[in-house]
Parts: sequence; structure tokens; C-alpha cells
Amino acid sequence: MHLILAVWSGEYEWQDPKSEDEVVNITFIDKEGKQRPVRGKVGDNVLYLAHRYGIELEGACEASLACSTCHVYVQEEYYDKLSEPKEEEEDMLDMAPGLKPNSRLGCQIILSHDLESMVLKLPTITRNFYVDGHVPQPH
Amino acid sequence: MLIFVFFLHITIRILLTVAQLCIVGSGPAGFYTAQHLLKNCPTLEIDMIEKLPVPFGLVRYGVAPDHPDVKNVINTFTAIAKSGRLQFVGNVTVGKDVTLNDLRNAYDVVVLAYGAAQDRWLGISGENLCNVVSARKFVGWYNGLPEESHLKFDLDAETVVIIGQGNVALDIARILLTPIDMLKKTDIAQHALEALSQSKIKNVKIVGRRGPLQVAFTIKELREMIKLPGNSYRIHLENPEYIDACLPKTSRPRKRLTELMLQSSSMKRSEEDSSKQWELIFHRTPIKIVGDSNANKVNGLVVGINHLTGDDWENPQVEDTGLRETIPCGMILKSIGYKSLPLSDELPFDHAKGIIRQTEGRVEGMQGVFCSGWVASGPVGVIASTMQSGHDVGKRIIEDLKNGIVGTGTRKPGRDAILSQLEARNVEPVTFVEWEALDNEERERGKYQKKPREKIVDVREMIDIAKKGQS
Repeated sequence: MHLILAVWSGEYEWQDPKSEDEVVNITFIDKEGKQRPVRGKVGDNVLYLAHRYGIELEGACEASLACSTCHVYVQEEYYDKLSEPKEEEEDMLDMAPGLKPNSRLGCQIILSHDLESMVLKLPTITRNFYVDGHVPQPH
Repeated sequence: MLIFVFFLHITIRILLTVAQLCIVGSGPAGFYTAQHLLKNCPTLEIDMIEKLPVPFGLVRYGVAPDHPDVKNVINTFTAIAKSGRLQFVGNVTVGKDVTLNDLRNAYDVVVLAYGAAQDRWLGISGENLCNVVSARKFVGWYNGLPEESHLKFDLDAETVVIIGQGNVALDIARILLTPIDMLKKTDIAQHALEALSQSKIKNVKIVGRRGPLQVAFTIKELREMIKLPGNSYRIHLENPEYIDACLPKTSRPRKRLTELMLQSSSMKRSEEDSSKQWELIFHRTPIKIVGDSNANKVNGLVVGINHLTGDDWENPQVEDTGLRETIPCGMILKSIGYKSLPLSDELPFDHAKGIIRQTEGRVEGMQGVFCSGWVASGPVGVIASTMQSGHDVGKRIIEDLKNGIVGTGTRKPGRDAILSQLEARNVEPVTFVEWEALDNEERERGKYQKKPREKIVDVREMIDIAKKGQS
């Protein structure tokens, strides 16, 4: 219970691993395409871990599954190692700009040893919202 | 070379330091643009001008009261506002208290992020009848938007028609049909709660011009409707086999949404306690609104029945079959989209689309003026898309500052020039700290009602409380 509360507030991610046994190394690829290795630990929530290391992953709804601003692409071989997304997460992913088969919400990924060396890519702006973006349809 | 790079760096720093920047609007578009700028230009400072005495735009006044999690983003925006590098200037209307020209004279960069606050019209007869209401007004009303809070609706009718099939349409339907005991616990405006507790509405028909494959609402909102306690529903799918055949060609979000409609429509749901009902009705174009001529009140919507043709299931052609039917109803809510208004005559504006003319967020022919969010793109997309748009515009602004395209002329006076103009015009700007006093008061008042907050809906009272908290 304590762990869950800590994860929600993001405080847990600010604690350093207590021992090497806990360490889970992952790499973010940021919006500029730069590799950003991060030393996380078992139980870390990817969204808050990203916040700790200044990686531009938003979390507008604060991990309450009400937005898709922490959308990440998970490296293929790790995608299947993640627990199945909940229906609420799938629903939010449907609204994420740039949705792909390996999309997940960062706030729903909790680090474990299975995820050692995982690479997570942040979506870049692939289409121009202004030029070929959606135009409002008259009714 | 190193020295050159060093000097270049210094030059950039100086440019960015002295550049004066203001954002018009304090909703998601404004705050996400500010976020990108503050993060990537460590010396830049921003003024954020807002028409109301309170910040956050549609997060406060658009997001449905029963979606509190979506409003968590206010915490992020508050952190930006309290970074010490953003000055909130509330209660200032651009176009009235100051002009766009005043802003351009005072700032190197002006970002227009004031959203889309104007209704679209159907352009059919009967639109002016009583109880024919735009969704924007209705949403503003239940969310305590000052300019709509005085509105009175007649909720005595049993049947309501909502025209349009986007998320706003479903928000409205949900608010009309949710058991009042659930609404009580939200931050819905008290006047709306009182009116809704007396409502006799039992049946909400959500009518769209096109078919189930073209709806604009998203799956979360549909699922909420399907699970709504005390309600049964009917989804009128006329040709499920055709829809089934189209499914493999659709994108994942469209597929999941359509599958949910297919499953739900075939499920015979008859709950014992369902005293209310909603319906999704497709292929109907509003032709005219008919009313009781004595009472000047709506009593029906005449619709034309459509046939969708063409191979492109995403954008089918809508053909009128010539057949007509009348849907009896005592209230019509028009949820057919918003548009923006130009806040100055000089602003290049696409009146048909209701958006500012721009390329990549740079307003056409207006050096140093940018636009972000719905005022630029039209009223589409969720907060994640507005975030991307805001960050994207932020990036362009930094490019233009670095490349000397903007912010290179004579030094601009910035905030002081605007504040002294406002003082001369007897306008009282509200600061972020003052908003926080008002915020506290709203939360306190909410406690009595066991609500997260009780929004204050009178602008004068808002300002008085904000200012009193400071003395």
C-alpha cells in the first residue's frame, strides 16, 4: 500500500536504488532523437522517473488515465513483457496523436528486472497540425 | 571558431533576455506554449493576458464537471504560473481594454491562444426559438462561466434532441441524464445543479448527419454513456453488415469505437431501474425547427433522411433521400462545433473556418504574432494535441528569436507599458496570487456542499474576493 501511494505522488521515483539488485537501466529517446540513459529501479513508474531526469514526458492527468500526454513507443521485444494494458489505457491511447502498435502510456509502465535495457521513444511531431491537420467538419 | 561560437551564444542570450513576450489566453494552448518557451529559453519571461479574472480556460469551463481527473493538469499549469517567470494578467480583454496593436507595440512576440468561443449556426428556420440552445452556452452554464450563468432553460420537456455527435454532445447528454446524487459531488455550478434536480428530461436523442463510422466522439465518452446508471439506450445501426465489412479498413481507434457500438447495439439491455434513455440516431440532417407559435417554444425537429454514398467510408457523400421525419422534442441543443472570432480587424482571418490564417503558428503577414491551439487549428483534438501544438509553436518562436526574425528592433517596453494603459482605463488586472485567494475561497465554499469547489460566477464578486485576499 505504501508503495502504491508513493508511486502516485511520484516521490518513490526520487529515491535512489538502495542496492544494485534494484537497479533497472532504461533508455529514453527524446523528441530530438537523443538517447537519454536513465538508472531506474524496480517499482519505478516510467512517467515520474522521466520527470526526475528532466525528460519531456508530460503527465497532464497525473497518472489517472484521463489523458494521453505520457504516450511512449516501447521497443518491440519489450512490448510483450509489459502487463496487458487496461481497457482505460487502450481508450486513452486511441486519442494519442501518432498511435502505433507499440504505443503505451508511460504512467502505466512499472519497472521490473524483465525490463532491463528497455528503450522507450517519445513521439515526435510527425505531422503538421496546421497544414494538413484535421479541419473542423461543418455539420 | 570557439570564440565565434561563444559570441554567438552571448548574442542569443541577450536577444532572448530582452525579448518581451506575451500570450493572450490562459487555457491549455497558452500554458503549453509558455511551458515550452520557459523550459527552452532559461532567461525568457512571459506575460499571460486573460479576459476573465481566473485562469485555465476550457480546463475550468469546458471539461465536464464529472471528469475531475482531466483537470489535474491545473497542477502543471499552476507550477508554470508560479515559476516566477510567468506573470498572469487576468481580467483584461484584448480588443477592448488593450488592442492587438498596443500589444504589438509593447512586446516583440505576441502569441494568440484565445481559443474558439463562438457558436456555429445551423442556418435553418426556428433556430431562434426558446429552448434551442448552443452546446457552448449550455456547457458554459453548467460549468459556471460568468457570461452564461444567468441563462434559464426549460428542463420540463421529456425529450431533448442534441444535434451533433462529438464529445461535447456526449458530455451534455451525460450531464442531462446522470443521477443528480452523482452530479452533486462534482464542481458543477450550483445554479445548474438546482435546475437539473428539477429536470423532467427522460429521453435524449443524439442526432448526426452521417453514420456510425463517422462519429466524432471518442470511446471513453461512449463507454461512459453505456455504463450510465439508471439509463437504457438504443444505438440505431441501420446496416450493421456494411459497418462490419468496413471494419478491417479502419484505424485502430475507429475500429474499437465502432466495435463497441456494434456490440452494444445488439445487446438487449433492459434494466429494471432505467427510467431514462438515450439514443444515437444517424443519417439525419436538421431541416427546420418547428415550434408552438403561441409560446414561441420548440416542439420538434424536422430532419431529412440521408443516404451515404461513395467508396471513401471516412468521407462519404451525404445524399438527401428527400424523405422527412419530425422528431418531437421540447429542447434542442446544437453541438456542431465552435469557431473563433478575430480580436482585431487587422488579423488575417478565415471566417468560414473561424480560425486565424497562419503557417506553422506564424500569423500571416504579421511579424512577431503567433497563434496556438484552437484559434489556429479549429476546435478539434484532446489536450494531448493542444499540448503538441503549443510546444510546436513554442519551438517556432525560439527559432525566429534565434534567427533574428523577431525581437531585433528597438527595445520594447513590455508589461509596464500595458499596465499603465490599463490603469489609465480603470481596468483592474488580477494576478495569479490574487487568483489563488479566489481559488481558496471557492474550495472553502465547496466544503459546505461536499463538492471540490463552488465556482463563483459573478465577475465583480470574483475580483473583490481576489483583491480582498491580498489586503
